[in-house]
Amino acid sequence: MRKQARRQGRLWSIVMTIISVIYMYPIFMVLMNSLKVESAISTGTAFDLPTEETFAGLANYENAIGTQGFLASLFYTVFITVTSVCAILIFCSMFAWYITRVHTKVTKALYLLCAFSMVVPFQMVMFTLSSMADTLKLNTPWVLWVIYLGFGAGLAVFMFCGFMKSVPVDIEEASMIDGCNPLQTYFHIVLPLLRPTMISVAILEAMWIWNDYLLPTLILDINKYRTISMLIQFFRGSYGRVEMGPMMACIMLAILPIIIIYLIGQKYIIKGVVAGAVKG
Amino acid sequence: MEKAIKKYWPIFLLPTLLAFLIGFIIPFIQGVYLSFCRFTTVRDATFIGISNYATAIGDATFSHAFWYNCAFVVVSTIAINLGGLAVALVLTSAIKGRNAFRTVFFMPNLIGGIVLGYIWQILLNCVLTILERPLLALDATAGFWGLVILMCWQQIGYMMIIYIAGLQSIPDSLIEAAEIDGATKWQTFFKVKLPMLMPSITICLFLTITNSFKLFDQNMALTGGQPAHQSELLAYNIYYTFYGRSGPQWRGIGQAKAVIFCLIVVVISLIQLKMTKEKEVQQ
Repeated sequence: MRKQARRQGRLWSIVMTIISVIYMYPIFMVLMNSLKVESAISTGTAFDLPTEETFAGLANYENAIGTQGFLASLFYTVFITVTSVCAILIFCSMFAWYITRVHTKVTKALYLLCAFSMVVPFQMVMFTLSSMADTLKLNTPWVLWVIYLGFGAGLAVFMFCGFMKSVPVDIEEASMIDGCNPLQTYFHIVLPLLRPTMISVAILEAMWIWNDYLLPTLILDINKYRTISMLIQFFRGSYGRVEMGPMMACIMLAILPIIIIYLIGQKYIIKGVVAGAVKG
Repeated sequence: MEKAIKKYWPIFLLPTLLAFLIGFIIPFIQGVYLSFCRFTTVRDATFIGISNYATAIGDATFSHAFWYNCAFVVVSTIAINLGGLAVALVLTSAIKGRNAFRTVFFMPNLIGGIVLGYIWQILLNCVLTILERPLLALDATAGFWGLVILMCWQQIGYMMIIYIAGLQSIPDSLIEAAEIDGATKWQTFFKVKLPMLMPSITICLFLTITNSFKLFDQNMALTGGQPAHQSELLAYNIYYTFYGRSGPQWRGIGQAKAVIFCLIVVVISLIQLKMTKEKEVQQ
C-alpha cells in the first residue's frame, strides 16, 4: 500500500515537472528571441534557438536601454507605484479607521460607496476621469498618485475596514483615557496592529498599479512620459516596421524586476492574495 | 471616544475623500450624465435623451462583443477553475517539490496584461505558422481560443492558491473518517472535499467571471479586436467607440455602452454578494 502511494507520488512529481517546464516556456521563448539578431526574429522562427549566426549577444538590451528609453520608463513606473501605494496605505487606513469607529449615516454611506467603486469597471469613468485630470493638472507622473488614491481607495478601505471590525476598541479607549488625542492613538496603537493587512493591501495595489496600462495612457502625455506598459504598447502601435529585437529585450526587462521581487517576497505575496480574495 | 475622533475628521477623512471625489465620484456622475448627451469634450455636451442607448443597443459590433464576451466568460471560467482545482489537489498531496511547483504556477499572474498579450501573440502566431493556418489577426476563432489559453496561463495559479488554502482548512479527521468507512478516493473527493470547498469555489467562480467580463489589456494586446471587430470583448469595444472612431456622436454612444457594461458588472457582483451571504448563514 505505502509502496504504491510512494510510486504514485513520484509519478505525479514527474508529471508536474513536465507541466512546469511547459508553463515556463513562454518566458524562455522571449529570453531566447531577445538574444537573436533582428533579421532572425519572425513569426515562423520564434521557437528556434539562437545559432552562432543569429546570436546577437546583449545588443538588443543595449538598444532597449540606450535608444528606446527603457530606464526612464522604469523610473516613472517605480515612482508612480511607490508614491501611489504609500498614499493609499496612509490615507486609506486613516479613512477606514474613522468610518469604522464613528457610526453615522455619512460614514455608512461612505463605506457603501467604497464597496461600490470596487465593482465599477474603469471604462465607465475613463473619459471623464482623464478630462478631470487634465483640468486639475494631475496629468504628470509626479501627482498621478492622487488619481490612484481616488480610484484605488475602494479596495484598500474595504480591506482595512474588514480587519478593523475585528479589533476590540478597548485598547484605543484606554489610550484616549490616558490622554492621547485621536491622532496619537491612531499612530501609536492602531497602525502597529494594521501591519499584516498593510502588507496585503500594498501587494494587491502594487500589482495593479505596476501593470496598469489604460489609466496612465489616457492621463499622461505619451510623448513625454511612458510607463513600462505604455512603452511596450508604443513599440507595437508605432507606424512602420516593429523592431522585434529591442521589443523582446524590453519585455524581458519588464518581467525581470517582477520575478525578482516575487522570489524574494513570495510568502507575503501569496498571503496577500489569499487575504484579498477572501475579503473581496 | 466617538466624539473625540469626530473632531479630527478633516485629518482622517479629507485626503481620501478629496481624492475619491476627483478620482471616482465626480467622474462617475459626469459619466452617467454624459451618456444622455452628444459631446466631444466634457464641456460642450448637449442633452439628447436616450438616443445614445438606442444606437448602442442597435450597434452590431456591440451585441457581437456582448455574446463573444459571454462565450468567453463561460469557457474561461470552466477551464480556469477546473485547472486550478486539479493543480491544487495534486499539490496538496504528498509529492516532492510542492513549493517549487506552486512558485512556477503562480508567477504568470504577476505579469501585466499588455506584456502577456504580446508574449502569447508571438507564441501563438508561431504555432499557427507551423500548422500553416491563418495568423491570429485573421482568424477570430483562433483569437478566441488564444485568449482562453492566455487567461488559463495567467489565472490558474491564482485560483490554485485559493483552492489550496481551502483544501488545507478541511480537517484531516474528516477525510480519515471517510477512509475508515471504506470510501474510495473519488468518493472522498466528491462527498467530503467538494462540499467543504464550496466557499472557495464561490469566490473563485466570481473572481474569474468578473475578471473575464472586465478583461481589456490582454484582449487589446493579443488581437486588438481583429479581424474586423470579430474578437472584441465589451471593454475593448467601448474603448474603440471612444477613441477609434471619428464623428461627434460616438463618444456619447461609447459612454452609453459603458453605463450598460457597468450595470451588467454590478448585477453580477450583487448576485455574488447574495450567494456568499447565504453561504455564511448556512455554516
